[in-house]
This record gives sequence, structure tokens and C-alpha cells, in this order.
Amino acid sequence: MTLRKDATTTDVVTFRLSGEVLAVPASLLREVLEPVDIARVPGAPEFVSSLINVRGTVVPLADLRVPLRMPRDEIGAGARIMVLDLPLEGQDAVVGIYADSVHEVTRLDAATMEAIPTVGSRWPPRFVAYVGRWSGAFVTIPDLPTIFADYLASQQSRPSSGASGAITQSEAEPV
Amino acid sequence: MMDEETLALFRSEAEGLIESLEARLLTLQTRPTDRELIDGVFRDLHTLKGSGAMFGRTDIAGFLHDFESAFEAVRSGSFAVDDELIMISLAARDHVAALLAADGGAGSGEEAILQRLAAHLKGGPVADGADAGEWMLRFYLPPDTLTLGGRPDLALQELRDLGATRTRALINEIPPFDELDPLNLHLGWEVALPGSVSEDDIRAVFLFHEQGLRLEMEKAEAPEDAATVDAVPVADHKPEEGARSPRSGQALMRVPAERLDDMMDRVGELVIAEARLIEIAGRSGDPALVAVAEDIQRLASAMRDTTMSIRMTPIGTIAGRFRRLAHDLSDRLGRPIAFTISGEETELDKTVVERLTEPLMHIVRNAADHGLEPAQERCAMGKPACGTIHLSARYSGAEVLISLSDDGRGINRDAVRARAIERGLLPEGAEPDDATLFDLIFAPGFSTTDEVSDLSGRGVGMDVVRRTIEDLRGTIEVQSEPGHGATITLRLPLTLAIIDGLLVETAKERFVIPLAAVDEIVELPEALAAEGAGNAFLDIRDSLVPFLRLRRILDSPGQAGAYQKVVVVTSSEGRVGIVVDRIIGSHQTVIKQLSPLHAGVKAFSGATILGDGTVSLILDVAQLVQRGRTMSDNGRQAA
Repeated sequence: MTLRKDATTTDVVTFRLSGEVLAVPASLLREVLEPVDIARVPGAPEFVSSLINVRGTVVPLADLRVPLRMPRDEIGAGARIMVLDLPLEGQDAVVGIYADSVHEVTRLDAATMEAIPTVGSRWPPRFVAYVGRWSGAFVTIPDLPTIFADYLASQQSRPSSGASGAITQSEAEPV
Repeated sequence: MMDEETLALFRSEAEGLIESLEARLLTLQTRPTDRELIDGVFRDLHTLKGSGAMFGRTDIAGFLHDFESAFEAVRSGSFAVDDELIMISLAARDHVAALLAADGGAGSGEEAILQRLAAHLKGGPVADGADAGEWMLRFYLPPDTLTLGGRPDLALQELRDLGATRTRALINEIPPFDELDPLNLHLGWEVALPGSVSEDDIRAVFLFHEQGLRLEMEKAEAPEDAATVDAVPVADHKPEEGARSPRSGQALMRVPAERLDDMMDRVGELVIAEARLIEIAGRSGDPALVAVAEDIQRLASAMRDTTMSIRMTPIGTIAGRFRRLAHDLSDRLGRPIAFTISGEETELDKTVVERLTEPLMHIVRNAADHGLEPAQERCAMGKPACGTIHLSARYSGAEVLISLSDDGRGINRDAVRARAIERGLLPEGAEPDDATLFDLIFAPGFSTTDEVSDLSGRGVGMDVVRRTIEDLRGTIEVQSEPGHGATITLRLPLTLAIIDGLLVETAKERFVIPLAAVDEIVELPEALAAEGAGNAFLDIRDSLVPFLRLRRILDSPGQAGAYQKVVVVTSSEGRVGIVVDRIIGSHQTVIKQLSPLHAGVKAFSGATILGDGTVSLILDVAQLVQRGRTMSDNGRQAA
């Protein structure tokens, strides 16, 4: 499911997020949704702060701009949600991610893909699998498995007692 | 040559028989004269032997032959059941299970078992034949019993306490459905009681029902040949033997578990689709559509109940394994252990019951090995020589409590503390309270025993117990009283796939509270409407109930309006009020597990999809109550 270097070509879906062109392997994409009603999860980290209903299943909605440290402007009306099959902790899972717009399925030539340069990039390098070229522009392929595995690991290291996030503070009324 | 499918059929049937044989043998140990059980054992052996021969497993058939004869003798009264016979039979049951698993060729031990049986049969106890006969009772309680608040079940329980063996409902007087008055009692019962019970004792049971009672009593004297006893009162029911025990009486089906899971998923989707249909129908105002939608609603909710009941399994179904374990442990450790169970009819979702087996086995093993003292030590302390391990299960609000207690020496606080300090789990000189200290027992690799036995002492186990329970979103509590034993209580949510929920709204966001946990709903007094106003307690009929504002817990934007409501929820820990903006109504809630991405969020036990397609979170009542308690403790200290 990750991009493999020995593959000569890879089908990816390109999309735009916060002014950058990104891509995910087309094999992961289940469907693209128009913006739907989202439900906030109080106390959840910003990366996965909400839930959506995808054909009767409850799917967490992730915002890649958080781990990729991209500016987080208001999500526009033309935004889309890409529903991906993405194993979590070794189990099949479905996750939605935001996209400002979704472009097309395209074939990337492995020869044009390279690891991210360590200098001169504003991306956290470990979260980027490859950088390729598409229609004369750079396209960044985020390393989704690493991004989600890192997030899960950070969740486990959080103290399990005392609930979480916004609800750790004592909500006792002043007496 | 038998084809694979036929063999699989045989194996599955044989496994069922072996299971039932084991359960019956273990019960027989405590009720060695129970005729129904003896018949059951014989039947199991007989069928097992017969189908073994039929499917070409002559090894099994040949091996079981002597056991069948032995129980034939017991049945005819010429031989009595004792512990040794049970032990040998259990060994035989294990041997057959091994034969079955190995597909032949696992012959070791066979001779020894048969020789032991032969030796026992020669010198074994002979039934003394001093059977006092038995009472046959037929009775119809007065028809107005129910109207007057009478409890036929209590009368039956009293008869059971007197030693009733066979109880049969008499349904011949139930009228056709049209004439059926549900307030009238149309049932009668036929009960067999041991002849040793006095007539006065039996009459005493019906003391409160004398007006209008129809009671026939007849004492069947023990005939010369005990073998015919069975034939007298129940001769006409013989062909469908099963009438007496539901297990063989009803047609049962074995279904792969995953089909039930699929079914539950479908029903979940159906309930969601139905909620949408109802909403659309309501908006359209088309009466024909509304009528159909209501039909669908009724069907979907019946479908939901049926599917759920299929999945519900009484905890008693795994009790057999603990009885066997206790029996084996008693044998291995050389100390008498009695295993008792109460609340075995408490039902849990099948996956929960399955996943509970391992942890409970660990706890039983630990109790037998570490908790219970050897017989001499117990006698010296004035306790009965036989140690008891008791499993109890009961409902408490939206939770099920399962406790395992033993009457052994209790947990050695000092040893646990010393070991914890040695392993760096506690700072030197720490004096933790019981809860903190006992929690350390569940740390990985923790054990106070220096020597490792093959039972326990390796410190694996208790951490597995905790992990499994936490996976099921449950908690564990440990209580211990030195010299009197320890109790480990598992608190599990009724994780059903669908629950009845109360839909509430706060800051335009909707949440579900499990209805089973809701006690009552009251208006929030105006004096307390604004945050920070007044104290954090409500006075509900003279009891102080701490309350939490959902807005605040969930960090909701905006200000609360007027007329906020307080939903008072309860768990075994106590009551707490939850202040919400608005109550929307009840809602059939299909629980969807939260993804691992939200494992860190503890305030919710799951999510669901509402009629309009939006996602709503389900509040975790146990968490809220805990928080309410902490808050009220703090409040009291501050006050």
C-alpha cells in the first residue's frame, strides 16, 4: 500500500490542499464526497477532530494540514472529502481526509519520484514518502501509514487517566 | 470412506455431546441421586457410542461401552454414583475428546481408565435402595393470583428449595387466544418432590393461595425394583424425553458466530434507514407513506429485538468450564474446593461472554492457588475445610457486575507492597491505600510468589485480565479482607450493538445518553441556570445530587438559554445530574465503535447515526458519574 521504489509506475489521485498539490495511491481511494454534516468530537486532537457518516458507517475525518504543518484556512464550500481505506493498527479501517479540490487519477513514473530533499523543504520529512512531478509541477505524496502510526503512538503515550483534551480540566463549578 | 462433510457433522455433534456430558457429570457430583441427570449422562454416552459406531469410529464406541454399562447399572439402581465414578468418567470424557481431536491413534491411557472403572465397579458402593419414594404434585393456583399480586414463581422456588426434581407446566387449561385474559393464571404445574419431604411442608408453600387452589398430592412408594420408579409417573412422556430439559427438547441449531455478526450489522443499517424513512414520511405528510413507514418501524424494531436476543448468552454457559477447572485444581492441589455460582442467567452479548472466559479462568486459578489455604490450615482457623470460590453475576444500571470471591486468606498487603517497592512500582516507604496497592497486582509480570508453579505465580495472567477487561471498556475492582478472602469484581458495560438512547441537545450538537442509565429528568432551577451560580448540587427529594454542565464538559460554544434540563443518570457508583439545553426524545441507537484514532477520548462510549444522517456521540455514563463523584468530593472538602 505504500509506494514502492521498484514499481515502475504508480496510479495516484492528485488533489489540492492549502495551495499545494498532493497525491495518494489510487488504490486507497474509496470515494470522494461533497462536504457533509460533520460532527465535532469534543476533546479530540485537532488532527482527527470530527466524524462523518459514510453510507451508514461512522468514519473519522482527518486533517492532513495538521501533521504537514500547512496553514489552516477556513475549509471552503468547494472542498471535498476523500474516503480512504487505510489499515490502522493492522486492522482494516476507513478514514476521511480533507481536500480543497480533487483533480484526477494519474500515472506517476517512478523515475520522476524522489525522496524529499532534507534541506529547503518545509514539510516534516518523515511524513513525506516521495515527491514526484505532474503536469510540470511538484506533487507531494504524504506517507499516510507513518502519519497515522505516529499519531496513534502519541495517543498511547498520553496518560490514560483523567480523560483527555478539553475535558482534563476540572469542570467542577466554583463552590 | 466417509466424506469430509459427514465427518464434520459427526465431530460437531460429538463435541456437543462431550460438552453436555461434562456439564452433567459435574452437576451429578453435587446431586448424585438426581435421576434426570443420570438419565442424561446415560443418554449422552449412549448417543456418543452409537454415532461413533455409525460413523466408523469404532475406537470411541468400543471405549465407551463399559461406561455405558456402568451408567446403565446406576440407572437401574444397582450401583450408586460417587466421586470416584465421576473422576473416572471425566477422565473418559477427556480421552474421548482426545480421540476425536486426533482422528484415531491416541490410544494411550485407555487401558488404565478402563481398568480403574472395572476395579471400581467390583468394589463400588451399591445403592442402598432405601428410597423413600416420591411425591407427585399437580396444582393450579387460584386464577386471580396475578391480579392479587401473587407470585407463582416464588411458590415454585419454594418447592425447588424443598428439593423438587421435575417441574412441568400444565398448559391444558390455557384458553384460545381470543378468550385469553392475561391477568388470569391459566397455568398449572406438576412437580416431583422427594418422599422425605413432609406433607405439612408442602402445604405450607400454598399457605397464601388456599382460596381457590386445586392441589393433588400423591405419594408413589418406592417399589421393590427401583428401575421402575421412573416409569410410573412419567411413562407417557418417555418418547420425547427432552420435555424435561430445554436443551434437548427444543430444536437447536448451531450457527457460525460470524453470521450472527453479519446479521447484527444488517439490522443496525436497517434501523438507521428506518429512522430516515420515518423522518421523510413525516415531512411528506402522505398518510399512505406514513402507514408503511410505521409498519417498517414496527418490523425493524421486532427484528432488532430478536437479533439481539439471539446474541445474548447467559454467563452460565461458560460456568461449566469453571466447575471443571475448580474440580481439576482441587485434585491437583490436594485441597477441597467448591465452586458455586449465582446469577448464571445474567445475559451478556456473546462476544463479551467469550472474551471473558480467559480472564475469569485466570482469576479462578489464582484464587485456588494463592487465595485458598490447605485444609489443615483452614481447620486450624476455624473455617470449613472445603474452600469456596463463588462467581456471581448481576445487572447494575447499564452495566453487568461479575464478581469472583474466595474465602481464603485474602491478599497479603505487605507482600504486595514489598514486591512493588522492590520492582520500583512504588517509592520506598510508600503507604498507598488499598485501591492503589491492589491495582499493582495487574502490572505486567507482577507476582508475589517466589516459586513458579504450573498453575500460577509467573505473573502472567493478571495483566492479561486487565487488558481484556479494558478492551471491553470495563473496569476491575479488588477487595480483600485478611483471613476472610478476596473479591475481584469486573464491571462491564452492556455493550450491545443497539441500545435505547435519550437524545439530548447542547449548543446545537446532539448527544445520546443510554436510556437504561437514566433515572429521571428534572428542570434546572433558575437560580442555578447561570454557570457559577449557586452550588453544584441539586436537591432532588431531599437527596443531594451533584451535577455537571454538558456545555462545560464538551467545551461547547455560546451561552445556555433558559429552561435547561437535568438528566439524572445512575451507575453502581452513584447518581449524577447532567445539564443539557434540551431533551429531544428517545432514539434507537445503533452503537458504532469509535475508531482507534479516538481511543484517547474517554467521554464517549461510541457513536451513532441519527435519522437525518448526522453522526452523534454516545456519552459514557460511568465516566460522567465518576467525574461527578470526584467533583462532589472536592466540593465537600472545600465546603
